[in-house]
Amino acid sequence: MQRWSRFNIASIVIGFAFLYLPIVLLVIFSFNESKLVTVWAGFSTKWYVQLFHNQALLDAAWVTIRVGLISATIATVLGTMAALAMTRYTRFRGRMLFSGMIYAPLVMPEVITGLSMLLLFVAIGFDRGFWTLTLAHITFTMCFVAVVVQSRLLSFDRSIEEAAMDLGATPVATFLQVTLPVIAPAVFSGWVLAFTLSLDDLVISSFTSGPGATTLPMRIYSQVRLGVTPEINAVCTILIGIVAIGVLIASVVSRRREIQRVKDEQAAFAH
Amino acid sequence: MKSLGSIRRSFAPWADPNSVPFIAVKNVTKKFGDFVAVDDLSLNIYPREFFALLGASGCGKSTLLRMLAGFEQPTSGEIILDGQSLAGIPPYKRPVNMMFQSYALFPHMTVENNIAFGLKQDGMPKADIAARVEQMLKLVKLDKFAKRKPHQLSGGQRQRVALARSLAKRPKVLLLDEPLGALDKKLREETQFELMDLQQELGLTFVVVTHDQEEAMTMADRIAVMAHGKVVQVATPPEIYEAPNSRFVADFIGDVNIFDGKVSSAGNGTVDIAMETGFTVRVAATEPLATGTKAGFAVRPEKIRVGRDRPACAPLNAAQGEIWDIGYLGDMTVFHIKLKDGKVIKASSLNAVRAVEDPLGYDQEVWISFDENAGVVLKD
Repeated sequence: MQRWSRFNIASIVIGFAFLYLPIVLLVIFSFNESKLVTVWAGFSTKWYVQLFHNQALLDAAWVTIRVGLISATIATVLGTMAALAMTRYTRFRGRMLFSGMIYAPLVMPEVITGLSMLLLFVAIGFDRGFWTLTLAHITFTMCFVAVVVQSRLLSFDRSIEEAAMDLGATPVATFLQVTLPVIAPAVFSGWVLAFTLSLDDLVISSFTSGPGATTLPMRIYSQVRLGVTPEINAVCTILIGIVAIGVLIASVVSRRREIQRVKDEQAAFAH
Repeated sequence: MKSLGSIRRSFAPWADPNSVPFIAVKNVTKKFGDFVAVDDLSLNIYPREFFALLGASGCGKSTLLRMLAGFEQPTSGEIILDGQSLAGIPPYKRPVNMMFQSYALFPHMTVENNIAFGLKQDGMPKADIAARVEQMLKLVKLDKFAKRKPHQLSGGQRQRVALARSLAKRPKVLLLDEPLGALDKKLREETQFELMDLQQELGLTFVVVTHDQEEAMTMADRIAVMAHGKVVQVATPPEIYEAPNSRFVADFIGDVNIFDGKVSSAGNGTVDIAMETGFTVRVAATEPLATGTKAGFAVRPEKIRVGRDRPACAPLNAAQGEIWDIGYLGDMTVFHIKLKDGKVIKASSLNAVRAVEDPLGYDQEVWISFDENAGVVLKD
């Protein structure tokens, strides 16, 4: 057994404190009795109760979820198609340029993406609202999906597609019955990533949203400008809870799958 | 029932000028950019034949197989299958199936769904599919593994699933791309004979691509030795081995000693070749060669006798040397013998007697000799 040196303990404490202290504080103060955010006055869940009577906040949450679901789904379709094109047609003129352009939004400052989309919508006279917001989210999450799916496709054994066609499956049937089921986990990860990015986006949403389409991050940000209320802490605690549960489920599922796979392989070689 | 051997002995449609080829490859060329993978290649394969394409990697054998399957289109030339041109017919409409080198099993499907895949594409009724799948599972002795997924199987089992899947649709031709390449030696040898039995049982035409000459020799009715996109020789395994038509084939298949020399005289059905190494070979020749032409002589190690005494045929077909190396392999012994001029040749002798009283040892002076029909003349 390795001994815990002081240096190791100190690194861990400092590292974790850096990451989680603000979050822990936020969670603790969401249960604060006092209206003053920084003064502890006893345990209470009243802010959570109040939260569910705040119609503006609930509306914002609903908009966020709808935008997230729609944009993540469309971005997944487009991103998967882009990834397929990039890995399958490896020899066309300007391929490097194209693949570079697909990844560019990953590093593009959000302010620029948001501003350019705003200019586009204004130029074509598209009234800003729910749909401009959704379109903007599709645009910036698509490249993330493309990256995730492309990395899976690079290790994809194309001979199984040839085998499917050899056995009489048309190209469309091959895609639906063989390719898609095999890359499904990556496509799903891409969807989850796109959904998460859409949920917490503030900058691009601020540029492209219009009246009646305020997302939760925008609502929270605008309320914070008037002063942080414990209600905001409560919203954030709920969000943290949802994300934590999601991460937990994902890791448990993948861990189980891994254990099952190892067991299966051992069973196969025992024969 | 006729034994397998007797059927095989009488099977030689290629020798019959009236038989119609099942697969006819006509002047097919395939280029990838500037690279010529298959170069103006013509080939006939007959019904029920077990045909092997043999060659080193990059010789174009896999490209030819992929053109038969429809994954590549010939740049020029034509492939005819059972009287029909395959030009422009996509892989999913060809009456051929392929067994892939990597097996290419569908990882998300069970063994039975893998086998049923092709049948479902054809819209076969469910009950028929189930019956056919069961039959295929029995054929490859995997009935107990129907519900498993590919990753739950060993390498040998996966190979059988791949075979069952490619046979399920009862194709006219089965294409096999290095079918035994991923198996270990023992399993490979067993499976070779199983494949041969299966091919006889089902009466199908098999075209197998391999780089393993032993595999090709064991299984195939005929072998096409390929190099640089061309067929160098097409013949039965014994012909390929005993009568290679070129230096390349002689060298590629098995061990061989090749000597270079000049024709010194031609007799009645024989030629004498004076070797650079200083001895003369008298060898049976099918066609006469002019005196003075350059010629090579190829002789297999097992055709060379090694002994202490001067053979009766000397000085023809005999030379003196000393034993340079001895490799004892159990069933036979391989000698490396250094001839007087320094050329080292290989000779092998079967250890038919369990213990030899006075075995040949290192550095011993020996005579090598061989019969007039032991080797072949190489003109190139």
